[in-house]
Amino acid sequence: MNVAVVVFPGSNCDRDVVKAIKHATGDEAELVWHGETELPGETDLVVLPGGFSYGDYLRCGAMAHTAPIMADVKRHADRGGLVLGICNGFQVLTESKMLPGALLVNRDLAFICRPVEISVERNDTAFTSGYEKGQVITVPIAHYEGRYHLPEDELDLLEKRGQVAFRYSGGNPNGALNDIAGIFNEGGNVLGMMPHPERYSDRAVGGDDGLPMWLSIKRWIERTGA
Amino acid sequence: MDYSKAGLRKEEYDALKARLGREPNDLELQIMGVMWSEHCSYKSTKPLLRLFPKDGDRVLLGPGENAGVVDAGDGLGLAFKVESHNHPSAVAPYQGAATGVGGIIRDIMALGARPVASMDGLFFGDPEERKTQALADGVVKGVGGYGNCVGVPTVGGKTVYHESYRGNPLVNAFCAGLVPTDRMVSSQTASSGQKVLILGSKTGRDGIAGAAFASVELAEDGSGVPSIQIGDPFAEKLLIEACLELRDKDLLVSMQDMGAAGILSSSSEIAAKSGIAMTIDFDAVPLRAEGMEPWEIALSESQERMLLIVEPEKVDQVMAVAGKWELDCAVIGETEKGDHYRILWKGDTVADMPASVIGSDCPEIPWPSKRPKNLEDRWNFDLDSLPLPENWNEEILNLLGSHSHRSRKEIFEQYDSMVQTNTVIGPGSPVSAVRIEGSDRIAVMSMEAQPFMCWLDPYNGSAEVVARSCRALAVAGAKPAGTTDCLNFPSPEKPEQFWTLEQSAKGMAEACSSLNCPVVSGNVSLYNETANGPILPTPLVGTVGFVENPEELLSSGNWRERDRLFYVGMPNPRLDGGSYLQNKTGRIWGKPLDFDGELENEFILRAIETAKRRAASSGMPIAGGGLAVALAKEAGTSGLGASISIPFPTRRDVLIFGEGGPRAVYSVPKNRLVLFRALWKGYAVTEIGQVGGNRLTLDDLVDLSVSEIRESWNL
Repeated sequence: MNVAVVVFPGSNCDRDVVKAIKHATGDEAELVWHGETELPGETDLVVLPGGFSYGDYLRCGAMAHTAPIMADVKRHADRGGLVLGICNGFQVLTESKMLPGALLVNRDLAFICRPVEISVERNDTAFTSGYEKGQVITVPIAHYEGRYHLPEDELDLLEKRGQVAFRYSGGNPNGALNDIAGIFNEGGNVLGMMPHPERYSDRAVGGDDGLPMWLSIKRWIERTGA
Repeated sequence: MDYSKAGLRKEEYDALKARLGREPNDLELQIMGVMWSEHCSYKSTKPLLRLFPKDGDRVLLGPGENAGVVDAGDGLGLAFKVESHNHPSAVAPYQGAATGVGGIIRDIMALGARPVASMDGLFFGDPEERKTQALADGVVKGVGGYGNCVGVPTVGGKTVYHESYRGNPLVNAFCAGLVPTDRMVSSQTASSGQKVLILGSKTGRDGIAGAAFASVELAEDGSGVPSIQIGDPFAEKLLIEACLELRDKDLLVSMQDMGAAGILSSSSEIAAKSGIAMTIDFDAVPLRAEGMEPWEIALSESQERMLLIVEPEKVDQVMAVAGKWELDCAVIGETEKGDHYRILWKGDTVADMPASVIGSDCPEIPWPSKRPKNLEDRWNFDLDSLPLPENWNEEILNLLGSHSHRSRKEIFEQYDSMVQTNTVIGPGSPVSAVRIEGSDRIAVMSMEAQPFMCWLDPYNGSAEVVARSCRALAVAGAKPAGTTDCLNFPSPEKPEQFWTLEQSAKGMAEACSSLNCPVVSGNVSLYNETANGPILPTPLVGTVGFVENPEELLSSGNWRERDRLFYVGMPNPRLDGGSYLQNKTGRIWGKPLDFDGELENEFILRAIETAKRRAASSGMPIAGGGLAVALAKEAGTSGLGASISIPFPTRRDVLIFGEGGPRAVYSVPKNRLVLFRALWKGYAVTEIGQVGGNRLTLDDLVDLSVSEIRESWNL
């Protein structure tokens, strides 16, 4: 599969994603500089990695969504291409309105880094077919602004449409509404999540519950020829 | 201007005049005041630092560069160093701690290394006081705020509470980075005819004269506080990537970070170390503020700046890399033949001195030294005066829940300990371990400090600090390759305090020599005291070693059902100076155990073999709180209990809570028993029980559930 990992100034999980994908699938993901205006041809999956894009001195992701490359990321998503935003990447996706809602400062007003349990709400998607529905997996979080928020009526709609991808199941670390840890867009081809699957893709560094995600994506791409 | 206003002593002023053959002008005087401050010149400690062993099997670069480097195998070097940022953190906890992290990261970058791991040593006052809580919260948020954003994992550290740190907290930042040995960058390789560039943030009025500030006692009224540096981790992240790109494109001759005393120290040090002359034009420095005077430009400690020495024909390529990372970059001077260091401003030469004088020639100060009169009083603990515990369960739970031993997760969970996805053992264990990308090898690190032991017995207490650090590495399977130290002490001008510093350095030097653990880098922080008194003597070390592959790394907290438990080490620990005695009596007293190099080395060799041959499933060095805390932590982390029975040759409380000397607890699976016993044959080793169930019991004294332990320990 062809993966483009977007590098914003201040991204710091970009190389981790490349490493995880290589470890899980053997494929070489490509780093794409934020100043580019076009994704590499043949891109199947775009990953917006974790970090502090442009320092996040404004609002997390607020600057990044205006980066030149983002227009093409949106076009890619509109064509049905896969986009995965992890942590800061999730924040970029909500800022750019590719996903609904916002990520607010954690309930306890502190950065939290630790493995958490999340449940897989759906396994009929490109990103999650490698898991069982309802399966509880352990993946680390590392964020200060990860409390998912959405107005109540929109939240009901989100739930009704089955757009919740993951929920915190072993205690809610940040106060996210409905324990939401990750959501899909309506088409199911864009996923934003606060936990870092790339950090638990290799048992040598703590765990590998994130690994099936990369395999799910690869299988999906091979099957659909997307 | 009066020389004393510039911070110089009469002798230093005279020496300066003699070296120049004339009166220095005001700017030169200000420059020398900072460059000959304790922080920049080590004038009080140079003779002590010479005691440390500097060479070892794996040492590639010892002291003298921005950080030491040890051989990490496969053509890679591991650069590491620890540095203090104490006074700035006292005044501005968040920014002080943040810029401390930023500064040590730049020290590592200056060698051309990619920073891969950080640790922090934090020393705060009484944790029950609101003032301490607010300060500690600011410091922790500062360490995290910077390290998290810049993308360097904080993988471990040490936190100590004692009232002596009340007005003068210590914030020691450690960083390690990896560099291909053939691409290592040096601060000593400049030659004449090259360009001097400044890369990174603009120079502002922040942090002016911070080095001088670090070299005096803190005043209660806050006077003498310089403007504080403001950290911008985003800029540092860009600076890291830009410097690595410059390194990989072979565009650098020499590099130095701008820490204390900014442009002045970085440029004059390169000139002095490389044996060349330099002219810097202050009109070319990108400034953040208008109307800055030459001395302000010279001494500004604005963060996130690096000084580069570049061949003239490569300047354009350097500018292009800087442009890509959106960093300011300017040619501010050139290197020349000779020994002069010249500053131009508005077309005039405003300072012109020998570079060697600025960079290295500070006269040393032989402070008078006097053994404290009351040292024996501190040792007068009489074991017979201490009753045995009535309720052992309570004692253990109290100790676990005390501020000495409580889990530090409330601190370390605020740090990103996993970014870069190489963290094999993160915070909360006796050692931290980071995978070296591209190889099977793992770098193992430990940070250690024992201010209580050092106060009671600076020589042996300080040797114990080094030994504890080496033991922790050895239990994990790593042979110490080198160490970095931060000597946090009060004013050397008081004879009893200087004696303590001297003894401490001697004790560390002996331990480092006999354990074959050279000191490859370090930092001295003196004048840590306020009107309320001095801090405890607090030498801190960060020791690094390697294991060849993950199977040879022995972690703690890994008990398995039916494992047999072994106590390794002489049954002669002492309550003296330990946390149990302190917790129980509210006093720090007693005479810590003397350092025994032979016993330590025997332990280290066997411990490394135990890990390497996988003779145990879990290993925990016995440190603070003694065997009781080691067992409780093993049980709590493993989620398993054990039934233990110990023959007591000494008082039971001494063996259970005593500290000092090489000691560890191992859990050994049945099929490794023969091997384990063989490895420890000839050393003091006792089988003490078996892992299993969910209760930790010890003879008829202790009976605790694992959940009680976890709860008390705050796991």
